[in-house]
Amino acid sequence: MQSGSPKTKTPFATTGRSRKGEPWIWLTAAGLALGVAMALGLFLLILFKGAASFWPGRIDLMEVSIDGKTELIAGYVTQETERRDGARKVHEEIQVFRGNKDLNGEAFKYIDRANILKSTRPESILLVERLEFGPAIVNGVAVETPQGRIEVGKHGFSDALKTMLQQGADSRVRLLKIERKKIGAISRELEALGRAKRSQSVASNIAADRRKVLQRDFDRLQAEAAEIRAETAKSKFVGVAADGREIVVQSGSLLGFFESNRAGFFGRVGEMRHRIWKFLKDDPREANTEGGVFPAIFGTVIMTLVMSLFVTPFGVIAAIYLREYASQGLFVRIVRICVNNLAGVPSIVFGVFGLAFFVYFVGGYVDQTLFSDKLPTPTYGTPGIFWASLTLALLTLPVVIVATEEALSAVPRGVREAALACGASKWQAIQRIVLPASLPGILTGVILAMARGAGEVAPLMLVGVVKLAPSLPIDDIAPYIHPERKFMHLGFHIYDLGFQSPDAEAAKPIVYATALLLIVVVVTLNLTAILIRNRLKKRFAVSSF
Amino acid sequence: MPVNLPLSRPDFIEVENFSFHYGEKRAIFDISMKIPENQVTALIGPSGCGKSTLLRNINRMNDLIEGVRHEGDIRIGGTSLYDPSVEVISLRKRVGMVFQKYNPFAKSIYENVIFSLRVAGRSKRSLLDETVERALKSAALWDEVKDRLHDSAFGLSGGQQQRLCIARAIANQPEILLMDEPCAALDPLATLKIEELITRLKSQYTIVIVTHNMEQATRCSDRTAFLYMGKLAEYGETVQIFENPSNPETEAYITGRFS
Ligand SMILES: Nc1ncnc2c1ncn2[C@@H]1O[C@H](COP(=O)(O)OP(=O)(O)O)[C@@H](O)[C@H]1O
Ligand SMILES: [Mg+2]
Repeated sequence: MQSGSPKTKTPFATTGRSRKGEPWIWLTAAGLALGVAMALGLFLLILFKGAASFWPGRIDLMEVSIDGKTELIAGYVTQETERRDGARKVHEEIQVFRGNKDLNGEAFKYIDRANILKSTRPESILLVERLEFGPAIVNGVAVETPQGRIEVGKHGFSDALKTMLQQGADSRVRLLKIERKKIGAISRELEALGRAKRSQSVASNIAADRRKVLQRDFDRLQAEAAEIRAETAKSKFVGVAADGREIVVQSGSLLGFFESNRAGFFGRVGEMRHRIWKFLKDDPREANTEGGVFPAIFGTVIMTLVMSLFVTPFGVIAAIYLREYASQGLFVRIVRICVNNLAGVPSIVFGVFGLAFFVYFVGGYVDQTLFSDKLPTPTYGTPGIFWASLTLALLTLPVVIVATEEALSAVPRGVREAALACGASKWQAIQRIVLPASLPGILTGVILAMARGAGEVAPLMLVGVVKLAPSLPIDDIAPYIHPERKFMHLGFHIYDLGFQSPDAEAAKPIVYATALLLIVVVVTLNLTAILIRNRLKKRFAVSSF
Repeated sequence: MPVNLPLSRPDFIEVENFSFHYGEKRAIFDISMKIPENQVTALIGPSGCGKSTLLRNINRMNDLIEGVRHEGDIRIGGTSLYDPSVEVISLRKRVGMVFQKYNPFAKSIYENVIFSLRVAGRSKRSLLDETVERALKSAALWDEVKDRLHDSAFGLSGGQQQRLCIARAIANQPEILLMDEPCAALDPLATLKIEELITRLKSQYTIVIVTHNMEQATRCSDRTAFLYMGKLAEYGETVQIFENPSNPETEAYITGRFS
């Protein structure tokens, strides 16, 4: 019976009181949605811009009237903007990439749409990739080889072009081998001889003889290289730019062609794949604005792995002591607070510390004890990938410690007691039972540390990252692993291209592409770690959670 | 006919004026009792009366808790557990323990059983194999798992996991087996199996079992101790305790007038 209430109510109707607080649910949901939208937007922007920078567009040939004269300009439209002039009149302006930096000085040109008289897309226009001055946009004219000149359209032109491309690629490989490996080896030996002479560990006449032999080899190799260069200079491609000027590319610097306006959809997809592949595997060229980013990928991955290699054992050991052995008193509480605060220290501070402690102090000491013959040239007493990894290991240490502590304390007490009741010592219980059970949690910490470390740039600038590293930290020159070398890093590469580049406009697409790549690299590293973790989770699944 | 009676010492485990404190809180008040060898002794009493505390002192499991303190003594076979020469680890090798919530390790069945041998540094393959078979047979689990010894222990049912824990506790042939409500998390059928097991094991082990189940105490124990508010209220033959309790609290408890 409804007790005396005038209105009949269903017994379990939601009343105003019990509904209180529901708006807050919406608020939290809205907060989440906003966060997700922002993250997604960021990612999509980078994905779109990064991918778009590889997509080959169509080349427009435009007749433009500039200051009363008519000029022919060929290029891609890269941006469209609106601009108001002093009279508040709206101008539609386009940014055109017309290449040919050797002729024009600037690769980009801004054109008012109103000034374009005529625009066509002739199929014959070529995009020529070359070693210097960035791409060229030309109409083919002829191929010149020692056997003679073949005009475009004549029989054998495309075959000759193909042969020339192949020859150019071969000669580049040969030059690289001579200059980087053979001459490099000689200069390293010369250097060692010089040191030996100074420390008088080699008799001076023997040293002088050896030096003579080396010098002769050196001269011979140089002559060989010069010969190859002269050979490649004999074959060239001749093209003509839209404004009629001639562009000649020697076979040695000819990288490839693409007929942007003739290629169909699949041809363009193929070209895109080809560009992505080159971006991933090539060395950078021309102040990093051309070519690929392979050394930066390599440096990022190696640095992150070495960092994880250091931070994991140290973090885990520290956490084991903190959680399992130290008596949980005031002191441990203070240490824990300090560790947590360490995570909040600005990363550049770690860079300063790394430079002062690792590089100058530890590195200087290592140099004095192990590499004193090379001084005053520092070996380890200068920024390098090893010190950078250590600095980042220090930076990410709190992440691993905190995660490991959590994981350790999540191991059910019953399992520990069972181990102890079986006659295990405390260490045996930790090592055989507790650690395996907390491994997934520990790995989660390592994953977070990797994510944090791989994206960090500021401290690296002090302890080993450079704009252009001459050689990789791991290569085929003995002793194969060079932890003292400087390295390139994707994060720094982005900064360098975007803010330090002489041609910011030219670098823009590469900035997006590199940002996308950095995300991909970090995500890949993380996914690998997550995969390993899930494997372990299956193996060490704990019953009660 | 071989009789093990002469070997059975009536005062194998001696608890003497034993008190135990968790920091400020006193959990056990001056308990003295003698637990005979090769018999099953049940500890009963309402929740929080100190049964687990007493049990966990027999293998010094409570040492791990910070701020604990004890008075009096516990002796096994005449040796005081608190003698400075006694090593906790070797003590725990002589006193196996089974817990309320079955807690196998995240390892294979095989590795679970031989864990105590592994930590003792024994790794001879034949010994390990023998031990696994013997312990699992003693725990009445062998027939059920002999074909999947190297599978994860978590693939077993709750009752099987608890029997695995028993096998693990007896693998290194301890003298005493402590069981803290071993059937609390199990269904009636699994409980029955464990009870049968206890009855069979008592010829080899001195068993001390904490239980909340009165029938269980009558079914499988020889002697019963009734603890009440940290004190030993009554202790004697199970038959006598249940049929003719001398203490009014004991009677109230076993007839279910309070929990
Ligand atoms: N780790 C501990 N710290 C503090 N007090 C405890 C701890 N364990 C048990 N106690 C207290 O000791 C008393 C006895 O507990 P316990 O031996 O677990 O009882 P029972 O097993 O008979 O239910 C209880 O009052 C309990 O609150
Ligand atoms: Mg209890």
